Amino acid sequence: MTVYVLRRLAQTLLVLFVTSALVFGGLFLVGDPVEILVNPNADQAEKLRAAAALGLDRSVLEQYWIFLRGAFTGDLGRSFVFGRPALDVILERMPATLEIAFLAMLISVCLGIPLGLYAGLRPADPLSKTIMAGSILGFSLPTFWVGLLLIILFAVELGWLPSTGRGPTVEFLGLQLSILHWEGLRYALLPATNLALFKLSLIVRLTRAQVREQSLLDYIKFARAKGLPRSRVIGVHLMKNIMIPLVTVIGLELGSVIAFAIVTETIFAWPGMGKLVIDSIFQLDRPVVVTYLLVTVFMFIFINLVVDILYSVLDPRVRLSEAKG
Amino acid sequence: MRFRILLAAAAATVSLAAGAAELVVGLSTPITSLDPHFHNLTPNNSLAKHVFETLTRNDEQQRLVPGLAESWRTLDATTWEFKLRKGARWHDGAEFTAEDVVATLKRVPLVPNSPASFAIYTRAIKEASALDKHTLRFRTDKPYPLLPNDITSVHILPKKIAENAKTEDFNSGKAMIGTGPYRFSEHVSGDRVVLVSNDKYWGPKPAWSTVRFKMISNSAARVAALLAGDVHMIESVPTADIPKLAKDARVTLVSAVSNRIIYLHFDSGREKNSPFVTDKAGKPLETNPLRDPRVRKAISKAIDREAIASRIMEGQAQPAGQLLPETFFGTSKRLPPEKYDPEGARKLLAQAGYPDGFGLTLHTPNNRYINDEKIAQAVAQFLTRAGIPTKVEAMPSAVFFSRGSKLEFSFLLAGWGAETGETSSPLRSLLATFDTAQGMGGANRGRFSDAGLDALISTALTTIDDTKRGLILAAASEKAIAELQGLVPVHYEISTWGMKKGLSYKARADQYTFAFEVRTGR
Repeated sequence: MTVYVLRRLAQTLLVLFVTSALVFGGLFLVGDPVEILVNPNADQAEKLRAAAALGLDRSVLEQYWIFLRGAFTGDLGRSFVFGRPALDVILERMPATLEIAFLAMLISVCLGIPLGLYAGLRPADPLSKTIMAGSILGFSLPTFWVGLLLIILFAVELGWLPSTGRGPTVEFLGLQLSILHWEGLRYALLPATNLALFKLSLIVRLTRAQVREQSLLDYIKFARAKGLPRSRVIGVHLMKNIMIPLVTVIGLELGSVIAFAIVTETIFAWPGMGKLVIDSIFQLDRPVVVTYLLVTVFMFIFINLVVDILYSVLDPRVRLSEAKG
Repeated sequence: MRFRILLAAAAATVSLAAGAAELVVGLSTPITSLDPHFHNLTPNNSLAKHVFETLTRNDEQQRLVPGLAESWRTLDATTWEFKLRKGARWHDGAEFTAEDVVATLKRVPLVPNSPASFAIYTRAIKEASALDKHTLRFRTDKPYPLLPNDITSVHILPKKIAENAKTEDFNSGKAMIGTGPYRFSEHVSGDRVVLVSNDKYWGPKPAWSTVRFKMISNSAARVAALLAGDVHMIESVPTADIPKLAKDARVTLVSAVSNRIIYLHFDSGREKNSPFVTDKAGKPLETNPLRDPRVRKAISKAIDREAIASRIMEGQAQPAGQLLPETFFGTSKRLPPEKYDPEGARKLLAQAGYPDGFGLTLHTPNNRYINDEKIAQAVAQFLTRAGIPTKVEAMPSAVFFSRGSKLEFSFLLAGWGAETGETSSPLRSLLATFDTAQGMGGANRGRFSDAGLDALISTALTTIDDTKRGLILAAASEKAIAELQGLVPVHYEISTWGMKKGLSYKARADQYTFAFEVRTGR
């Protein structure tokens, strides 16, 4: 297992290196940050000064080399816009994204698995049909539209929840979190619901499909024939077997919900990483964009590793040391 | 339903009366730094002007008014004397003096890693000296009439902060000590900035005990936040929502013509092979018709500006005939918007030797100005109708300005906000001959050049007498637009603010949102 983990970490380094090169080169081709950053009223002398101040007067290879040298010592560069280390800027926004991402996953798992189970066990029931129809809406309606609809309904018309922004935060384990008390949670509910909708639908459909497939297999029939109570058949035998694909999907979706909460964060003015990275792309704030993508790639690799380890816990037949890649 | 609306209205009135102490404002663009000399960007400057003050400032029409300086005059062509306000105090209680200004001017060009420096406003000042506590003298190398305009952007710091504070100290709030009507309270990056009133302010008492700026960049969400009552005021109301909001009894809208012109620029530099000029069949054209002022005039005549202003901009634009609206300094009374005249356009094209027209591509940003891509589409259709088949290529501003400055376009749509509030700003940046050493033509992405116009601009830039300078600038505008067609003005943007009923704001030409100008009642 240790060897397996070490090998995965070595691969991680290679992936991070390739990512940084691609993003660096890509952003260089998009445009010249100085054109966007300097005040439009600035003259040529000021443009030259800004280029020199931000290190943009050197060749792209030289800039990349400086970046790599810094990266090995843990310095991923300074944001052009904020004038602070890019990693600090991102880590400062991370708790906001993490909390709505986890809240959204919590909503989708806690609602999705029971609803999917119900729909799978009683496929002909009208309620199951309603659940399934709802799930189709859930992942076909565009997020930005649903988001605006939620704001109009719950904030403008009913006035139950705040429309945008993040509530007051409290410090917990060194992180500034807002969802640990009611006043802050009120702000998080709408964006988290909006973010959860797609995942919820996905989990409902996946659970239902698994339940339908597994219910027909011999081990379920045998367990029933043995006279085991229904709750044990579903709760232990069935659940354990449908969990493997679910864990994979939940893991990947957790990654994507953290990395790509961009639309939801923009609509709800939620000060997370997604909103930061969009602003940074428009301003060609290269250090922030590169760092963000490195952090994201690292997170995906890490989540996948955790998923792989969970497999071996759920299914003793999976041996990590045998897995290649 | 009606009952609920009534209830909501009643609740709104009550909360306004009880909560009059707090003002919540929805901003359209995020504040990136609190250091008033780090990043020269509209939202940063707007916030800075609540906490810090400047020697001179602009009123809502961008006319100069006194700030921390009570009066100023020139002693000779290169020496300025400023009399400072007595009784202004820093938030920590110390007295504001001329030494603070001298120290601030030293700091401005030296802020490390600044992506957009404020040194462009202090560069003309070669020497600053404090004669006594309330008298300052500035010396410039050449006569420089725009000095009082430029320093409306230079936020004054206390001496000890100007000498020691780093950008981080401002972001943490430690160095946020100014003379302004509001004091800094809290900053959550990308989310909000909270200010509290400065009860010892020398000017009119701040109307709000707390001001909370929330950054809501999505415009639909900003409007929803206003309707939900989560914010009391928003800036940059999207044009599409204006007709609906104008009828809403909960909302007041105010608007003003801004200092930003939307214009069309031509490749008038290249004699041959301009990259996006083709014949009618789409093959590259060797000669460059855009060098001919008659062709540029024809393009101007082919555009129906009224239609663009009323249909695409929903009335949120004023058709333009020069570089700034007539109410601004240095404009001409003789430049009405060009009349829509497609027949006249065809005749001019024929006279210029293009009776069958030619093909063009119009490049435009799609996330920089209000409805920029839609305006470009409309312009292209008008030109196609007049015999110049025009394609539109839209791109994010990050790509557009880099490519434009590398002269990759033949015909482009862009905008210019005259920060100084007078005509020399667009003249020198857009129409003067590109000259790195002199700092002229910095945004002249068409490389327009005319020696006569250059001479007028440089005379204006060294004429101290306001009346004379105004006349020269007006003459330069007439030459640049009516005679040479150096660029084609389309319209001036109108900026709009939305507020909860019961609040009032003097809409500003420079698009700043100032909480200290927001009042209750009429």
